[in-house]
Amino acid sequence: MSDIGLILSIGVIVVGLLWLTIRSLTGREVERRIIFLFIGISVAIPLLFNITVSEKATPIVKGIYDKVENLPSGSKILISFDYGPSMAPEVEPMSDAFLRHALAKGHKVFIMGLWATGQSLGAAAVDKIVKPEFPDKVDGVDYINIGYKAGNQGVLNVIITDFRKMYATDVNGVDLDSVEIFENIRSLKDMDLILCVGGGFPGIKEWVLFAADPGNIPLAGGSAAVATPLLYPYYPKQLIGLLGGIKGAAEYESEMKKNYPRFADMPTPGLNMMGPQTLAHMVVMAFIVIGNLSFFFAKRRKK
Amino acid sequence: MKRQVPVLITFIVGTVLILSVFFPPAERLGEDFSIFFDIIAVFAFFLGGGNLLRIHFGKVYQKREDWGFSIVTLCGFAIMMMAGLFKLWNPGGIAADVAAPGSLFQLMYDWIFNPLGASMYSLLAFYVASASYRAFRAKNIDATILLIAAFVILLGRTPLGMYVTSWVPESFSILQIPNLAIWIMVSPNLAGQRAIMIGIALGVVSMSLRLILGVERTYLGVDNE
Repeated sequence: MSDIGLILSIGVIVVGLLWLTIRSLTGREVERRIIFLFIGISVAIPLLFNITVSEKATPIVKGIYDKVENLPSGSKILISFDYGPSMAPEVEPMSDAFLRHALAKGHKVFIMGLWATGQSLGAAAVDKIVKPEFPDKVDGVDYINIGYKAGNQGVLNVIITDFRKMYATDVNGVDLDSVEIFENIRSLKDMDLILCVGGGFPGIKEWVLFAADPGNIPLAGGSAAVATPLLYPYYPKQLIGLLGGIKGAAEYESEMKKNYPRFADMPTPGLNMMGPQTLAHMVVMAFIVIGNLSFFFAKRRKK
Repeated sequence: MKRQVPVLITFIVGTVLILSVFFPPAERLGEDFSIFFDIIAVFAFFLGGGNLLRIHFGKVYQKREDWGFSIVTLCGFAIMMMAGLFKLWNPGGIAADVAAPGSLFQLMYDWIFNPLGASMYSLLAFYVASASYRAFRAKNIDATILLIAAFVILLGRTPLGMYVTSWVPESFSILQIPNLAIWIMVSPNLAGQRAIMIGIALGVVSMSLRLILGVERTYLGVDNE
Protein backbone atom coordinates (compact mmCIF):
# COMPACT_ATOMS: atom_id res chain seq x y z
CA MET A 1 0.00 0.00 0.00
CA SER A 2 2.85 2.31 0.95
CA ASP A 3 4.68 1.61 -2.34
CA ILE A 4 1.52 2.27 -4.39
CA GLY A 5 1.04 5.52 -2.50
CA LEU A 6 4.64 6.57 -3.08
CA ILE A 7 4.47 5.83 -6.83
CA LEU A 8 1.07 7.53 -7.11
CA SER A 9 2.12 10.65 -5.25
CA ILE A 10 5.42 11.03 -7.12
CA GLY A 11 3.61 10.37 -10.43
CA VAL A 12 0.92 12.99 -9.80
CA ILE A 13 3.43 15.55 -8.60
CA VAL A 14 5.95 14.97 -11.44
CA VAL A 15 3.28 15.18 -14.18
CA GLY A 16 1.79 18.27 -12.57
CA LEU A 17 5.16 19.96 -12.19
CA LEU A 18 6.02 19.24 -15.84
CA TRP A 19 2.75 20.88 -16.87
CA LEU A 20 3.56 23.87 -14.66
CA THR A 21 7.08 24.12 -16.12
CA ILE A 22 5.76 24.20 -19.69
CA ARG A 23 3.14 26.78 -18.70
CA SER A 24 5.72 28.97 -16.98
CA LEU A 25 8.26 28.74 -19.83
CA THR A 26 5.64 29.83 -22.33
CA GLY A 27 5.15 32.97 -20.25
CA ARG A 28 1.76 32.11 -18.77
CA GLU A 29 1.15 32.96 -15.14
CA VAL A 30 0.65 30.11 -12.66
CA GLU A 31 -2.23 30.83 -10.32
CA ARG A 32 -1.67 30.77 -6.56
CA ARG A 33 -4.49 28.27 -6.15
CA ILE A 34 -2.64 25.74 -8.34
CA ILE A 35 0.44 26.05 -6.14
CA PHE A 36 -1.73 25.56 -3.06
CA LEU A 37 -3.26 22.47 -4.66
CA PHE A 38 0.17 20.96 -5.21
CA ILE A 39 1.19 21.48 -1.61
CA GLY A 40 -2.13 20.02 -0.50
CA ILE A 41 -1.57 16.90 -2.62
CA SER A 42 2.06 16.48 -1.58
CA VAL A 43 1.07 16.57 2.09
CA ALA A 44 -2.17 14.58 1.86
CA ILE A 45 -1.10 11.59 -0.22
CA PRO A 46 1.80 10.46 2.02
CA LEU A 47 -0.51 10.79 5.02
CA LEU A 48 -3.28 8.79 3.33
CA PHE A 49 -0.93 6.01 2.21
CA ASN A 50 1.13 6.16 5.40
CA ILE A 51 4.44 6.69 3.61
CA THR A 52 7.22 6.68 6.19
CA VAL A 53 10.96 7.19 5.93
CA SER A 54 13.77 5.99 8.15
CA GLU A 55 15.76 8.43 10.25
CA LYS A 56 19.09 8.32 12.05
CA ALA A 57 19.81 10.55 15.05
CA THR A 58 22.30 13.33 14.35
CA PRO A 59 24.75 14.36 17.14
CA ILE A 60 22.61 17.33 18.21
CA VAL A 61 19.65 14.99 18.84
CA LYS A 62 21.74 12.10 20.17
CA GLY A 63 23.15 14.47 22.82
CA ILE A 64 19.71 14.75 24.48
CA TYR A 65 18.91 11.07 24.10
CA ASP A 66 22.21 10.04 25.71
CA LYS A 67 21.78 12.51 28.56
CA VAL A 68 18.32 11.13 29.47
CA GLU A 69 19.65 7.60 29.01
CA ASN A 70 22.78 8.05 31.13
CA LEU A 71 21.18 9.81 34.10
CA PRO A 72 20.74 7.36 36.99
CA SER A 73 17.20 6.08 37.43
CA GLY A 74 15.16 8.35 39.68
CA SER A 75 16.81 11.54 38.42
CA LYS A 76 14.68 14.65 38.35
CA ILE A 77 13.70 15.91 34.89
CA LEU A 78 11.59 19.01 34.34
CA ILE A 79 9.67 19.26 31.07
CA SER A 80 8.35 22.72 30.23
CA PHE A 81 5.45 22.89 27.77
CA ASP A 82 6.08 26.33 26.28
CA TYR A 83 3.84 26.22 23.26
CA GLY A 84 0.25 26.50 22.15
CA PRO A 85 -2.07 24.49 19.93
CA SER A 86 -0.88 26.25 16.79
CA MET A 87 2.64 24.92 17.27
CA ALA A 88 1.56 21.58 18.75
CA PRO A 89 1.58 19.46 15.55
CA GLU A 90 5.25 20.29 15.10
CA VAL A 91 6.57 20.20 18.67
CA GLU A 92 4.15 17.91 20.50
CA PRO A 93 5.91 14.78 19.16
CA MET A 94 9.02 16.07 20.99
CA SER A 95 7.34 16.54 24.38
CA ASP A 96 5.63 13.15 23.96
CA ALA A 97 8.97 11.47 23.22
CA PHE A 98 10.73 13.20 26.15
CA LEU A 99 7.92 12.19 28.52
CA ARG A 100 7.92 8.55 27.36
CA HIS A 101 11.69 8.26 27.49
CA ALA A 102 12.03 9.85 30.95
CA LEU A 103 9.32 7.67 32.48
CA ALA A 104 10.62 4.50 30.82
CA LYS A 105 14.04 5.18 32.36
CA GLY A 106 12.42 5.56 35.78
CA HIS A 107 13.10 9.27 36.17
CA LYS A 108 10.90 11.63 38.16
CA VAL A 109 9.10 14.01 35.81
CA PHE A 110 8.02 17.56 36.65
CA ILE A 111 5.67 19.18 34.13
CA MET A 112 5.14 22.94 33.93
CA GLY A 113 4.60 25.68 31.35
CA LEU A 114 5.57 29.29 30.79
CA TRP A 115 2.69 29.56 28.29
CA ALA A 116 -0.90 29.65 29.51
CA THR A 117 -1.77 27.09 26.84
CA GLY A 118 1.01 24.81 28.10
CA GLN A 119 -0.94 23.76 31.19
CA SER A 120 -3.72 22.11 29.19
CA LEU A 121 -1.22 20.52 26.82
CA GLY A 122 0.74 19.13 29.76
CA ALA A 123 -2.45 17.73 31.27
CA ALA A 124 -3.38 16.21 27.90
CA ALA A 125 0.06 14.56 27.67
CA VAL A 126 -0.47 12.99 31.10
CA ASP A 127 -3.86 11.61 30.00
CA LYS A 128 -2.60 10.46 26.62
CA ILE A 129 0.76 8.96 27.61
CA VAL A 130 1.32 8.55 31.34
CA LYS A 131 -1.99 7.05 32.40
CA PRO A 132 -2.44 4.46 29.61
CA GLU A 133 1.21 3.56 28.93
CA PHE A 134 2.66 3.81 32.44
CA PRO A 135 -0.21 2.74 34.73
CA ASP A 136 2.22 1.95 37.56
CA LYS A 137 3.39 5.58 37.75
CA VAL A 138 1.73 7.57 40.52
CA ASP A 139 0.83 11.27 40.39
CA GLY A 140 2.81 13.09 43.03
CA VAL A 141 5.34 10.28 43.35
CA ASP A 142 6.70 9.61 39.86
CA TYR A 143 5.38 12.68 38.07
CA ILE A 144 3.63 15.95 38.79
CA ASN A 145 2.04 18.74 36.77
CA ILE A 146 2.53 22.09 38.50
CA GLY A 147 1.03 23.99 35.57
CA TYR A 148 1.38 27.58 34.45
CA LYS A 149 2.13 30.85 36.21
CA ALA A 150 2.04 34.28 34.60
CA GLY A 151 5.25 36.29 34.39
CA ASN A 152 7.27 34.71 31.57
CA GLN A 153 10.96 34.87 32.49
CA GLY A 154 9.95 36.47 35.81
CA VAL A 155 8.70 33.03 36.87
CA LEU A 156 12.16 31.56 36.17
CA ASN A 157 13.79 34.38 38.15
CA VAL A 158 11.84 33.23 41.19
CA ILE A 159 11.88 29.44 40.88
CA ILE A 160 15.63 29.44 40.32
CA THR A 161 15.83 30.12 44.08
CA ASP A 162 12.52 28.79 45.43
CA PHE A 163 9.68 26.88 43.72
CA ARG A 164 7.27 27.45 46.58
CA LYS A 165 7.38 31.22 46.26
CA MET A 166 5.66 30.80 42.93
CA TYR A 167 3.94 27.41 43.13
CA ALA A 168 2.07 26.54 46.32
CA THR A 169 0.13 23.64 44.79
CA ASP A 170 0.06 21.43 41.70
CA VAL A 171 -2.69 21.78 39.07
CA ASN A 172 -5.08 19.69 41.18
CA GLY A 173 -4.68 21.99 44.17
CA VAL A 174 -2.50 19.53 46.11
CA ASP A 175 -0.01 21.25 48.42
CA LEU A 176 3.54 20.80 47.11
CA ASP A 177 4.78 20.19 50.66
CA SER A 178 2.56 17.14 50.89
CA VAL A 179 3.74 15.37 47.72
CA GLU A 180 6.58 12.87 47.80
CA ILE A 181 8.14 13.99 44.52
CA PHE A 182 8.77 17.49 45.92
CA GLU A 183 10.29 16.30 49.19
CA ASN A 184 13.87 17.27 48.43
CA ILE A 185 13.15 19.93 45.85
CA ARG A 186 13.65 23.55 46.74
CA SER A 187 14.50 25.21 43.46
CA LEU A 188 15.29 24.61 39.81
CA LYS A 189 18.87 23.96 40.85
CA ASP A 190 17.72 20.61 42.27
CA MET A 191 16.76 19.40 38.79
CA ASP A 192 19.14 17.06 36.97
CA LEU A 193 17.90 18.09 33.55
CA ILE A 194 15.49 20.64 32.09
CA LEU A 195 13.79 19.91 28.79
CA CYS A 196 12.01 22.87 27.25
CA VAL A 197 9.70 22.37 24.28
CA GLY A 198 8.57 25.49 22.45
CA GLY A 199 9.43 27.86 19.66
CA GLY A 200 8.34 31.31 20.74
CA PHE A 201 8.58 33.72 23.65
CA PRO A 202 9.14 32.69 26.40
CA GLY A 203 10.99 29.57 25.33
CA ILE A 204 14.36 27.88 25.19
CA LYS A 205 16.25 31.17 25.01
CA GLU A 206 14.68 32.41 28.26
CA TRP A 207 15.42 29.07 29.92
CA VAL A 208 19.08 29.49 28.93
CA LEU A 209 19.31 33.11 30.11
CA PHE A 210 17.32 32.96 33.33
CA ALA A 211 17.66 29.37 34.56
CA ALA A 212 20.21 27.03 32.99
CA ASP A 213 23.13 29.44 32.72
CA PRO A 214 22.86 31.25 36.09
CA GLY A 215 21.90 28.02 37.89
CA ASN A 216 24.36 25.79 36.03
CA ILE A 217 21.57 23.32 35.24
CA PRO A 218 21.79 21.01 32.20
CA LEU A 219 19.29 22.14 29.57
CA ALA A 220 18.10 20.73 26.26
CA GLY A 221 15.00 21.23 24.22
CA GLY A 222 12.93 21.01 21.13
CA SER A 223 11.93 23.91 18.96
CA ALA A 224 9.77 24.68 15.93
CA ALA A 225 11.90 24.59 12.76
CA VAL A 226 11.55 28.32 12.09
CA ALA A 227 12.98 29.20 15.51
CA THR A 228 15.78 26.61 15.54
CA PRO A 229 18.46 28.66 13.71
CA LEU A 230 18.19 31.32 16.45
CA LEU A 231 19.14 28.74 19.07
CA TYR A 232 22.26 27.30 17.48
CA PRO A 233 24.52 29.88 19.22
CA TYR A 234 23.70 28.14 22.53
CA TYR A 235 24.72 24.67 21.34
CA PRO A 236 26.69 22.76 22.69
CA LYS A 237 27.68 24.81 25.76
CA GLN A 238 24.38 26.06 27.16
CA LEU A 239 22.24 23.51 25.35
CA ILE A 240 23.14 19.82 25.50
CA GLY A 241 21.13 19.19 22.36
CA LEU A 242 18.29 20.52 20.29
CA LEU A 243 15.46 18.92 18.34
CA GLY A 244 14.83 21.13 15.33
CA GLY A 245 11.35 20.84 13.87
CA ILE A 246 9.62 17.63 12.99
CA LYS A 247 12.87 16.08 11.74
CA GLY A 248 14.40 16.39 15.21
CA ALA A 249 11.35 14.67 16.71
CA ALA A 250 11.55 11.91 14.09
CA GLU A 251 15.24 11.31 14.87
CA TYR A 252 14.50 11.07 18.60
CA GLU A 253 11.60 8.66 17.99
CA SER A 254 13.76 6.45 15.76
CA GLU A 255 16.42 6.29 18.49
CA MET A 256 13.79 5.27 21.06
CA LYS A 257 12.33 2.61 18.77
CA LYS A 258 15.80 1.25 18.06
CA ASN A 259 16.78 0.89 21.72
CA TYR A 260 13.53 0.11 23.53
CA PRO A 261 11.48 -2.94 22.47
CA ARG A 262 8.51 -1.55 24.47
CA PHE A 263 8.41 1.42 22.07
CA ALA A 264 8.37 -0.72 18.90
CA ASP A 265 4.65 -0.04 18.41
CA MET A 266 4.43 3.40 20.00
CA PRO A 267 2.77 6.21 18.03
CA THR A 268 5.42 8.03 16.02
CA PRO A 269 3.89 11.29 14.79
CA GLY A 270 7.35 12.68 14.04
CA LEU A 271 8.35 9.81 11.77
CA ASN A 272 4.88 9.74 10.18
CA MET A 273 5.16 13.41 9.26
CA MET A 274 8.54 13.03 7.60
CA GLY A 275 6.85 11.56 4.48
CA PRO A 276 4.69 14.64 3.86
CA GLN A 277 7.58 16.94 4.82
CA THR A 278 9.94 15.22 2.35
CA LEU A 279 7.46 15.51 -0.51
CA ALA A 280 6.49 19.07 0.41
CA HIS A 281 10.16 20.10 0.46
CA MET A 282 10.64 18.52 -2.96
CA VAL A 283 7.66 20.42 -4.32
CA VAL A 284 8.92 23.71 -2.84
CA MET A 285 12.34 23.07 -4.43
CA ALA A 286 10.66 22.31 -7.74
CA PHE A 287 8.75 25.60 -7.49
CA ILE A 288 11.99 27.49 -6.87
CA VAL A 289 13.51 25.88 -9.99
CA ILE A 290 10.42 26.53 -12.13
CA GLY A 291 10.18 30.12 -10.87
CA ASN A 292 13.81 30.77 -11.76
CA LEU A 293 13.55 29.11 -15.17
CA SER A 294 10.55 31.25 -16.05
CA PHE A 295 12.43 34.33 -14.74
CA PHE A 296 15.44 33.67 -16.99
CA PHE A 297 13.30 32.83 -20.03
CA ALA A 298 11.27 36.01 -19.54
CA LYS A 299 14.51 38.01 -19.28
CA ARG A 300 15.80 36.44 -22.53
CA ARG A 301 12.50 37.11 -24.29
CA LYS A 302 12.72 40.79 -23.30
CA LYS A 303 16.22 41.03 -24.80
CA MET B 1 4.50 64.02 40.08
CA LYS B 2 2.88 62.01 37.28
CA ARG B 3 6.28 61.73 35.62
CA GLN B 4 8.65 61.78 38.56
CA VAL B 5 7.11 58.87 40.50
CA PRO B 6 7.27 56.33 37.61
CA VAL B 7 10.82 57.47 36.77
CA LEU B 8 11.81 57.03 40.44
CA ILE B 9 10.24 53.55 40.58
CA THR B 10 12.06 52.57 37.37
CA PHE B 11 15.36 53.88 38.78
CA ILE B 12 15.03 52.00 42.09
CA VAL B 13 13.83 48.69 40.57
CA GLY B 14 16.39 48.78 37.75
CA THR B 15 19.29 49.59 40.07
CA VAL B 16 18.33 46.94 42.63
CA LEU B 17 17.91 44.26 39.94
CA ILE B 18 21.38 45.04 38.55
CA LEU B 19 22.92 45.06 42.03
CA SER B 20 21.21 41.78 42.94
CA VAL B 21 23.22 40.00 40.24
CA PHE B 22 26.59 41.24 41.52
CA PHE B 23 26.07 41.67 45.28
CA PRO B 24 24.68 38.68 47.23
CA PRO B 25 23.10 40.85 49.99
CA ALA B 26 20.83 42.41 47.35
CA GLU B 27 19.83 38.99 45.98
CA ARG B 28 16.76 38.78 48.23
CA LEU B 29 15.48 42.16 47.04
CA GLY B 30 15.90 41.02 43.42
CA GLU B 31 13.75 37.95 44.17
CA ASP B 32 11.07 40.10 45.79
CA PHE B 33 10.96 42.43 42.81
CA SER B 34 10.62 39.40 40.51
CA ILE B 35 7.58 38.27 42.52
CA PHE B 36 6.10 41.79 42.25
CA PHE B 37 6.67 41.56 38.51
CA ASP B 38 4.84 38.21 38.31
CA ILE B 39 1.90 39.60 40.30
CA ILE B 40 1.70 42.65 38.04
CA ALA B 41 1.91 40.35 34.99
CA VAL B 42 -1.35 38.67 36.08
CA PHE B 43 -3.12 42.03 35.75
CA ALA B 44 -2.04 42.16 32.13
CA PHE B 45 -4.68 39.48 31.51
CA PHE B 46 -7.41 41.78 32.85
CA LEU B 47 -6.04 44.58 30.72
CA GLY B 48 -5.91 42.30 27.64
CA GLY B 49 -9.43 40.99 28.24
CA GLY B 50 -10.77 44.51 28.79
CA ASN B 51 -9.11 45.77 25.66
CA LEU B 52 -10.49 42.89 23.58
CA LEU B 53 -14.03 43.60 24.83
CA ARG B 54 -13.70 47.34 24.23
CA ILE B 55 -12.46 46.97 20.65
CA HIS B 56 -14.94 44.29 19.56
CA PHE B 57 -17.99 45.77 21.32
CA GLY B 58 -17.14 49.06 19.60
CA LYS B 59 -16.88 47.33 16.24
CA VAL B 60 -20.25 45.58 16.67
CA TYR B 61 -21.95 48.75 17.99
CA GLN B 62 -20.75 50.83 15.03
CA LYS B 63 -21.32 47.92 12.60
CA ARG B 64 -17.88 48.41 11.10
CA GLU B 65 -16.54 46.07 8.37
CA ASP B 66 -16.57 42.36 9.36
CA TRP B 67 -18.42 43.10 12.61
CA GLY B 68 -19.88 39.58 12.42
CA PHE B 69 -16.46 38.14 13.23
CA SER B 70 -16.35 40.32 16.33
CA ILE B 71 -19.54 38.63 17.59
CA VAL B 72 -17.84 35.23 17.15
CA THR B 73 -14.78 36.52 19.04
CA LEU B 74 -16.91 37.90 21.90
CA CYS B 75 -18.98 34.71 22.17
CA GLY B 76 -15.83 32.55 22.13
CA PHE B 77 -14.23 34.73 24.81
CA ALA B 78 -17.31 34.66 27.03
CA ILE B 79 -17.97 30.91 26.74
CA MET B 80 -14.33 29.93 27.29
CA MET B 81 -14.02 32.28 30.27
CA MET B 82 -17.22 30.99 31.89
CA ALA B 83 -16.13 27.37 31.33
CA GLY B 84 -12.77 28.09 32.95
CA LEU B 85 -13.93 30.36 35.80
CA PHE B 86 -16.87 28.22 36.94
CA LYS B 87 -15.26 24.90 35.90
CA LEU B 88 -18.42 23.85 34.05
CA TRP B 89 -18.90 20.06 33.63
CA ASN B 90 -15.66 19.55 35.56
CA PRO B 91 -15.84 16.05 37.07
CA GLY B 92 -13.71 17.17 40.01
CA GLY B 93 -15.88 20.17 40.86
CA ILE B 94 -14.77 23.74 41.49
CA ALA B 95 -11.54 22.71 43.29
CA ALA B 96 -10.21 20.52 40.45
CA ASP B 97 -7.74 21.41 37.72
CA VAL B 98 -9.33 23.68 35.11
CA ALA B 99 -8.01 21.33 32.40
CA ALA B 100 -9.39 18.12 33.99
CA PRO B 101 -10.48 15.56 31.35
CA GLY B 102 -14.19 15.84 30.60
CA SER B 103 -14.49 19.48 31.68
CA LEU B 104 -16.12 21.86 29.22
CA PHE B 105 -12.95 23.97 29.19
CA GLN B 106 -10.77 21.01 28.19
CA LEU B 107 -13.35 19.72 25.67
CA MET B 108 -13.43 23.11 23.92
CA TYR B 109 -9.67 23.34 24.12
CA ASP B 110 -9.20 19.88 22.56
CA TRP B 111 -11.93 20.01 19.92
CA ILE B 112 -12.12 23.68 18.93
CA PHE B 113 -9.08 25.71 19.98
CA ASN B 114 -6.51 22.99 19.23
CA PRO B 115 -7.56 22.13 15.64
CA LEU B 116 -8.20 25.79 14.77
CA GLY B 117 -4.75 26.81 16.00
CA ALA B 118 -3.05 23.96 14.13
CA SER B 119 -4.96 24.82 10.93
CA MET B 120 -3.84 28.44 11.09
CA TYR B 121 -0.20 27.45 11.51
CA SER B 122 -0.32 24.85 8.72
CA LEU B 123 -1.46 27.51 6.25
CA LEU B 124 2.14 28.74 6.37
CA ALA B 125 3.24 25.83 4.16
CA PHE B 126 0.96 27.04 1.37
CA TYR B 127 2.24 30.60 1.52
CA VAL B 128 5.87 29.45 1.66
CA ALA B 129 5.34 27.39 -1.51
CA SER B 130 3.69 30.31 -3.28
CA ALA B 131 6.47 32.68 -2.18
CA SER B 132 9.16 30.21 -3.30
CA TYR B 133 7.71 30.29 -6.83
CA ARG B 134 7.17 34.05 -7.05
CA ALA B 135 9.92 35.68 -5.00
CA PHE B 136 12.89 33.33 -4.66
CA ARG B 137 14.77 34.45 -7.81
CA ALA B 138 18.51 34.37 -8.56
CA LYS B 139 18.54 38.05 -9.50
CA ASN B 140 22.11 38.74 -8.29
CA ILE B 141 25.03 37.01 -6.55
CA ASP B 142 23.64 37.53 -3.02
CA ALA B 143 20.25 36.11 -3.97
CA THR B 144 21.95 33.15 -5.72
CA ILE B 145 23.98 32.29 -2.59
CA LEU B 146 20.80 32.49 -0.51
CA LEU B 147 19.03 30.26 -3.01
CA ILE B 148 21.75 27.61 -2.95
CA ALA B 149 21.84 27.64 0.87
CA ALA B 150 18.03 27.27 0.99
CA PHE B 151 18.23 24.35 -1.43
CA VAL B 152 20.83 22.55 0.68
CA ILE B 153 18.86 23.14 3.90
CA LEU B 154 15.59 21.99 2.32
CA LEU B 155 17.24 18.81 1.02
CA GLY B 156 19.21 18.30 4.23
CA ARG B 157 16.04 18.38 6.34
CA THR B 158 14.69 15.31 4.54
CA PRO B 159 16.05 11.76 4.13
CA LEU B 160 16.27 12.48 0.39
CA GLY B 161 19.43 14.50 1.01
CA MET B 162 21.15 11.42 2.40
CA TYR B 163 19.92 9.16 -0.43
CA VAL B 164 21.17 11.58 -3.09
CA THR B 165 24.69 11.93 -1.67
CA SER B 166 25.20 8.61 0.10
CA TRP B 167 27.75 7.66 -2.59
CA VAL B 168 30.15 10.40 -1.42
CA PRO B 169 33.09 8.67 0.35
CA GLU B 170 33.35 9.03 4.11
CA SER B 171 36.58 11.08 3.83
CA PHE B 172 34.55 13.76 2.00
CA SER B 173 31.47 13.37 4.22
CA ILE B 174 31.19 17.15 4.60
CA LEU B 175 29.93 17.14 1.00
CA GLN B 176 27.00 14.89 1.91
CA ILE B 177 23.96 17.15 1.86
CA PRO B 178 22.78 16.59 5.48
CA ASN B 179 26.31 17.40 6.71
CA LEU B 180 26.47 20.39 4.42
CA ALA B 181 23.14 21.58 5.84
CA ILE B 182 24.50 21.18 9.37
CA TRP B 183 27.63 23.11 8.40
CA ILE B 184 25.51 25.97 7.05
CA MET B 185 23.59 26.06 10.33
CA VAL B 186 26.57 25.85 12.69
CA SER B 187 29.01 28.05 10.76
CA PRO B 188 27.62 30.89 8.59
CA ASN B 189 24.24 30.90 10.36
CA LEU B 190 25.86 30.75 13.79
CA ALA B 191 28.22 33.62 12.99
CA GLY B 192 25.34 35.78 11.77
CA GLN B 193 23.10 34.90 14.71
CA ARG B 194 25.84 35.62 17.25
CA ALA B 195 26.58 38.97 15.65
CA ILE B 196 22.87 39.87 15.80
CA MET B 197 22.61 38.67 19.41
CA ILE B 198 25.63 40.68 20.53
CA GLY B 199 24.25 43.74 18.76
CA ILE B 200 20.85 43.29 20.41
CA ALA B 201 22.47 42.76 23.83
CA LEU B 202 24.44 46.00 23.49
CA GLY B 203 21.25 47.77 22.43
CA VAL B 204 19.38 46.37 25.44
CA VAL B 205 22.15 47.54 27.81
CA SER B 206 22.09 51.01 26.33
CA MET B 207 18.27 51.23 26.37
CA SER B 208 18.12 49.91 29.94
CA LEU B 209 20.57 52.56 31.12
CA ARG B 210 18.52 55.25 29.38
CA LEU B 211 15.36 53.97 31.11
CA ILE B 212 16.97 53.66 34.54
CA LEU B 213 18.52 57.11 34.34
CA GLY B 214 15.26 58.63 33.12
CA VAL B 215 16.65 59.76 29.77
CA GLU B 216 14.18 57.61 27.85
CA ARG B 217 10.62 58.52 28.84
CA THR B 218 8.56 57.51 25.83
CA TYR B 219 7.09 54.61 27.87
CA LEU B 220 5.36 57.25 29.99
CA GLY B 221 3.70 58.69 26.94
CA VAL B 222 5.95 61.77 26.83
CA ASP B 223 8.74 62.82 24.48
CA ASN B 224 12.38 62.74 25.54
CA GLU B 225 13.66 65.89 27.14
